[in-house]
Amino acid sequence: MTKKQKKMLYRILIAAVLFLIAKFAPLPMIVSTVLYFIAYLTIGYDILRKAFKGIRNHQVFDENFLMAVATIGAIALAIYEKSGDYDEAVAVMLFYQIGELFQSYAVGKSRRNITALMDIRPDYANIEHDGKLEQVDPDDVAVGTVIVVQPGEKIPIDGCVVEGTSTLNTAALTGESLPRDVMTGDEVISGCINMTGVMKVRTTKAFGESTVSKILELMENSSSHKSRSEAFISRFARVYTPAVCYSALALAILPPVVNLLIGNAAAWGVWVYRALTFLVISCPCALVISIPLSFFAGLGGAGHEGILIKGSNYLEALSKTKIVVFDKTGTLTQGVFEVTGVHHSPMEDHKLLEYAALAECASSHPISKSLQKACGVELDRSRVTNIEERSGRGVVATVDGHSVAAGNGKLMDELGIKWQECRSVGTIVHMAVDGEYAGHIVISDVVKSDARDAIAALNRAGVQKTVMLTGDIQKVADHVAQELGVDEVHAELLPGDKVAQLERLLGEKGKDDCLAFVGDGINDAPVLSRADIGIAMGAMGSDAAIEAADVVLMDDDPMKIAKGIQISRKCIRIVYENIVFSLAVKLTCLLLVAIGIANMWMGIFADVGVMVLAVLNAIRALRTSKN
Amino acid sequence: MKKTYQIEVDCANCANLMEEATKKTEGVADAVVNFMTQKMTVEFAEGQDPKAVMKAVLKNCKKVEDDCEIYL
Repeated sequence: MTKKQKKMLYRILIAAVLFLIAKFAPLPMIVSTVLYFIAYLTIGYDILRKAFKGIRNHQVFDENFLMAVATIGAIALAIYEKSGDYDEAVAVMLFYQIGELFQSYAVGKSRRNITALMDIRPDYANIEHDGKLEQVDPDDVAVGTVIVVQPGEKIPIDGCVVEGTSTLNTAALTGESLPRDVMTGDEVISGCINMTGVMKVRTTKAFGESTVSKILELMENSSSHKSRSEAFISRFARVYTPAVCYSALALAILPPVVNLLIGNAAAWGVWVYRALTFLVISCPCALVISIPLSFFAGLGGAGHEGILIKGSNYLEALSKTKIVVFDKTGTLTQGVFEVTGVHHSPMEDHKLLEYAALAECASSHPISKSLQKACGVELDRSRVTNIEERSGRGVVATVDGHSVAAGNGKLMDELGIKWQECRSVGTIVHMAVDGEYAGHIVISDVVKSDARDAIAALNRAGVQKTVMLTGDIQKVADHVAQELGVDEVHAELLPGDKVAQLERLLGEKGKDDCLAFVGDGINDAPVLSRADIGIAMGAMGSDAAIEAADVVLMDDDPMKIAKGIQISRKCIRIVYENIVFSLAVKLTCLLLVAIGIANMWMGIFADVGVMVLAVLNAIRALRTSKN
Repeated sequence: MKKTYQIEVDCANCANLMEEATKKTEGVADAVVNFMTQKMTVEFAEGQDPKAVMKAVLKNCKKVEDDCEIYL
């Protein structure tokens, strides 16, 4: 508890004791009245002060004003009716303050819980200085500095290991508990915890540009993108409080006036009392606190699972996802291609591979990497000139003075070269050397082991259609789609075609449904941004993906998509529960008060009780079930 | 220019009020008050001195919510 909260607790205790003595001890009327007043001022002086300041600053309709008017009104009524029932005013103030204290405690605590989940901020970096380790602020470490990371410490800045081997715990970033081994030469990402050995790391980025800073920034800004429900609540609160105040005024004046007109007794006391009770119930706090808290808890819970959602609006959209569109490579498949065969080559296989690897050496596409790997030798890039990439088709280049073309059937057709169909399933790189067909290389991608389960989980989570888009050839695409159980597949797409396909799917879906596109963040930025929700996978360390997507999966586990949808559904359900529940209880109470069934005691219970329940319900969004 | 400030505010509705007040302050282009992280992000209009603007922001916020604090 903070100092402020402790002080409030003492005030509540003192006021409660005074209140109980005044109510139950056999004291003369005058003594108990004085005790009531002392209790009232002890518990309510700050409310009265704030209400007064509010009026002076033309900020009339806040809850302090409501409470002040309601309780002072109740006291005035007690004096006017000479009933000596001051207990009601004191009790209302007392319960109100207990509710406020609870709210501030619960919210503070869950705030800390959630931020603790996301606590990946490194506090310092170690720099070796004359054989001694010195702790410095990570912000002050220049790019290229060698820092020392000891076992148990967080890696503060992205970098490259220059000395030492160790095992890293990436759970804070990815939610994945499997440790990762690193050795000299490996890239390491800030935010991971070094578990076993001492490492020396040469930083490759400044702290502000490091993964951990990017993620923290993303998380901290995430609740600033307000969702429709949040916007609704803040608009609602703005209308609701004045509306209730005016109804209270009407309730105090109209019925007695009508009574007078039709010749009955005015019964001012009864109606003023009911109006005052109205005010007690009118505080919108249960709503305004529980809705953002639910979203914050949902975002926090998702973050803990390695699913970063950039804002509550995206959380809301994610819960309405009905169509999920996948990019194949790197999303459903591992994106690790291996050369599985060389066919119909007139020259030696390794020679052809070398030509292919050299021609593709400028490309970062996984295919070119696998060619380089299959080639096995260090490539001398100076042997390649005139590299010309043909998007979606392949590469044409000059290698050792020979013109080499490497690509798909379309490229061969374009160059007017007759090519041979391959019967193997995989990506086929057709080769032409000096305008002559030189056979083809078969490269196969490996489907991720849990991709099938992931698709099934999505269907279970209420996704109506799964679609796979790929630049790969039809045969491979069909094969993968069948294996995974994807509903629809479109193959041989150029980057532009992917956008067109997405546009078509966007046009087909229902008005309230959302379409999510899942990609690996490489080459699919336009599609990511066009979809209702762009989900980037395996984004650890990829700034581009973190920028472009609305939802970032830190590791590349496709199961996390269904998980993210489940978390968002749960969170949204809690939000609606809270909205409906709080409004229903409040409106019912207002009605009961207006017809005289409920009194001020019930009013304050309705107000504080609803808030407590709504806050407790909101915190549920933080817990993500294991499945 | 955007700057983020640590704030202290007790209730969510008050945070909404602070946001409104900040937005209406002269020299502020946009503002977001995040109750959960207890942070306020203020986007200043062209050519405004953040220090002077923030003084006015603090004053306006104090008006709507006496208990709030902005750590400048």
